[in-house]
Amino acid sequence: MTRPSDRDGIFQAIRRALANLPERTPLPDYDEALPIAWNRLSEGDLWQAFARNFQAVHGRLLHSVDALKVFLREGGYREGYCDPALRGVVGEPLVAAGLTVHFEYRREDCERYAFGITRATAAVAETGSLVLDDEHTADRLAALSPWVHVGVLHPTEIHRSVGEALAALGDSVNTIWCTGPSKTADIEGILIKGVHGPGEEICLSLEAVPALDSRR
Amino acid sequence: MTEPIDAFAAAQSISRRDAVVHSAALTTEQRSHILRRDYEDPDALRRLAGRIKQHTLDHLDHYLEQAVSTLEKNGVHVHFAPTAEAACRIVLGILQKAGARSVVKSKSMVSEEIHLNDYLARHGITSLETDLGEFIVQIDGDTPSHIVRPIIHKRRDEVARSFEAHGLGAYDDDPETITRRARRHLRRHYLASDAGITGANFLSAESGRLVIVTNEGNARFCMAPNRLHIALLGLEKIVPRDRDLSLFLNLLARSATAQQLTVYTQFIRGPRAPSQPSGPDTMHLVLLDNGRTEILGTSCREILRCIRCGACQNVCPVYRQASGHAYRTVYGGPVGAVLSPLLAGPEFSAYADLPRASTLCGACQEVCPVDIPIPELLLRLRAKGKGAGIIGPDAPPMQAFGAVATSPGLWRLGLKVSKTMNLFPAKWVPWKPLQQWLRLRTLPRWEGGVFRAWMRNRQNGSRRRPSPDPDNKS
Repeated sequence: MTRPSDRDGIFQAIRRALANLPERTPLPDYDEALPIAWNRLSEGDLWQAFARNFQAVHGRLLHSVDALKVFLREGGYREGYCDPALRGVVGEPLVAAGLTVHFEYRREDCERYAFGITRATAAVAETGSLVLDDEHTADRLAALSPWVHVGVLHPTEIHRSVGEALAALGDSVNTIWCTGPSKTADIEGILIKGVHGPGEEICLSLEAVPALDSRR
Repeated sequence: MTEPIDAFAAAQSISRRDAVVHSAALTTEQRSHILRRDYEDPDALRRLAGRIKQHTLDHLDHYLEQAVSTLEKNGVHVHFAPTAEAACRIVLGILQKAGARSVVKSKSMVSEEIHLNDYLARHGITSLETDLGEFIVQIDGDTPSHIVRPIIHKRRDEVARSFEAHGLGAYDDDPETITRRARRHLRRHYLASDAGITGANFLSAESGRLVIVTNEGNARFCMAPNRLHIALLGLEKIVPRDRDLSLFLNLLARSATAQQLTVYTQFIRGPRAPSQPSGPDTMHLVLLDNGRTEILGTSCREILRCIRCGACQNVCPVYRQASGHAYRTVYGGPVGAVLSPLLAGPEFSAYADLPRASTLCGACQEVCPVDIPIPELLLRLRAKGKGAGIIGPDAPPMQAFGAVATSPGLWRLGLKVSKTMNLFPAKWVPWKPLQQWLRLRTLPRWEGGVFRAWMRNRQNGSRRRPSPDPDNKS
C-alpha cells in the first residue's frame, strides 16, 4: 500500500521540477466544435448520419422488432437474453416468434446466449457509437458476452457529436461507448470481428420504448 | 563495434522486417487519409492538443491533486508509486489482501514498464494477458515490439505454431480461426479470475473520470465479471477537463489505428453502481512516477505529452528497419528513443545509442497527435550523451575536421584534394576511424567547391540578376 511519504514525495518532486520552469504554458481557449468531423454529419438528419457512420464500423441499425426477428432467425441465433425492462416491447414478441429468451442473466449459462438485448442510453451520430450507461444496462455481461448485442433506444436519444456525448455523461459512474462490434487487426493487420465481445453490434431504435429521463 | 540498435536490426530476419515495414507503412497512409478526410486542418488540432497537454504538465501538481481528490471522493483507492518496484509491491499487496490467485489483464504499457507479470508470477499469482497480441506475446515468452500492435513483427504462421505448441488447437494459420480459439480460451479465464488489471489512456482532473479504450473489448471483460479492479496509470496521463477528451479521443484513434473512435471507450469514475449486478465493488488506481517527475523539469519534458498512439513508430524509417525489439525497452521507435534513455535514469549510457539512431527527418513530429518536437529532443539527448562523454563506437574524432573547417586556406585545399576521393572506393580512405564510419554509410559523389566557384564568378551578388543558365537555351 502507499505510504503517505510516497504521495508527499511525488508531489514535492513535481513542485521542485515545476519551480525551475522558465515559463508555464497557459490553458488554450478553443472552440468546442473544433474536433467535430463535420463531413460525417453533412447529409441528412442525425439518424441518417448515425446509420451511415455505424454501418461504416460494421454496426447495424434496425427500426422494428420484426426486422430484429428476421435478423436473428436468418443468423441462426435462437437463444438469448433480454433485459426484463424490455420484456413487453422486445422480449415477448421474440418468444412468440419461436426464439428462446431468458430474462435473467446467469453467468454460468453465458455460452448459451447467442444474443443479448439491453437498454442503450443514446447513440452518437458523428462516430456511430452506442452509449451504454451502467445505470440503465441490466447487466454489463449481457451486453458483452453474447455474439450478438442489441442496444435498444428511443429515436429521441441521440447526440450529434463526441463533445455532446461527453457533456451528457453527467455523474455516470460507468459508461461505455460501443463503436461497432469487437475487433482486432493484431495478426498481420487483418480485421477480425468478435474477439472477446460481440461480433454483431445492433442498434434497435423503437418509438415504443419509453424514453429515459435525461435529467438524472 | 557497432551501435547496439544496429546489431539488433542487422540480426533481424527479412520476413520480420517485411512484416513491420508493411504494417507500419499501411497504417501511416491510413492515418493521414482519415485525418485529412475528416478535418480541414488536422495540424491545428495536433498543435492544440500539444498545448493542452503541455499546460497540464506545467501545472501537474494542481491537476494531480484535483484528480486524486475527486477519485477518492468517488470511492477509488489511490496509490502513489515512486518506482516500478513500489508499483508492483502495491499491486501485489492489494491482490494478496483480497486473496486473489489469478488475474486477467488488459493491455497496459505501464504494466510492461514495471514488469508486473513476472513480479506477480514470482509471488504465486498468475496474470493472464487478454489483448490478442499481448496474449500471443505472453505464450511465446516474447515482448511487445510496438505500442499499439504488440505482434507487428510476427506473421500468422508463427502465431499458428505457438497456438499449436500451447494446446490451443492443431496448426491453422487462418487469423479468424486463431481469434476464435483465443476467444474460447480467454473467456473461461475472465469468468474464473479473481481480479482485473487494466491500464488507462486518460484521466480527467475535473471529473476523476478514467478513460480506457480497447478495440477488442478485453478491458471491459477484465472488469465485468470481477469484483476487484486495479488500474495502472503513468501520472502524466491527466487532461484538465472532460470536454478536452473530445479532442484527445478523436486524435488518438485516428493516429493509432486510423479509426474515428476506438471501438470500446469506457468512462469510469469508481466501483459499479449498486443497481449494476456485474463489475467491481472495489477499485484501485496506482499512479506511477518511475522517473517521470525527473523528466518534468528538464529540457525533454515535452515527451511526457505522449498519449501512446504509436504513429511515430509507424512513420519512422529507423523503426521500420530495426523493429521495436532493437530499442531493448518497452518503448520503441522515436518516442522510445527519447523516453527510454530518460526513464533509465542512472543507466542512461546503456541507451545513449537510441537518440543517435535517427536521421532527424522530422516525420515523427509531423504525425504526433500532441506535437512533441521529437527531433529536437533527440538532439538534446545526443548533447547530453556527449556531455557525459558517451560517444558512438564508430564516431570519428572531429578535432581534425574542426581544424580544417576553421581555416579558410586549409578548407580550400581540402576541397581540391578531396575530389580525388571520387577516383577510389571509399573504403580505401587511409584513416581507420573514417573507414569504420563509412562501413554503414554511403557517401554521395564528391562535388566540393562547386558553390565556391559559382560565388566567385558571380559579379556583385544580390544586386544583379543571375546570369542565364548556359544549359538552358530557351
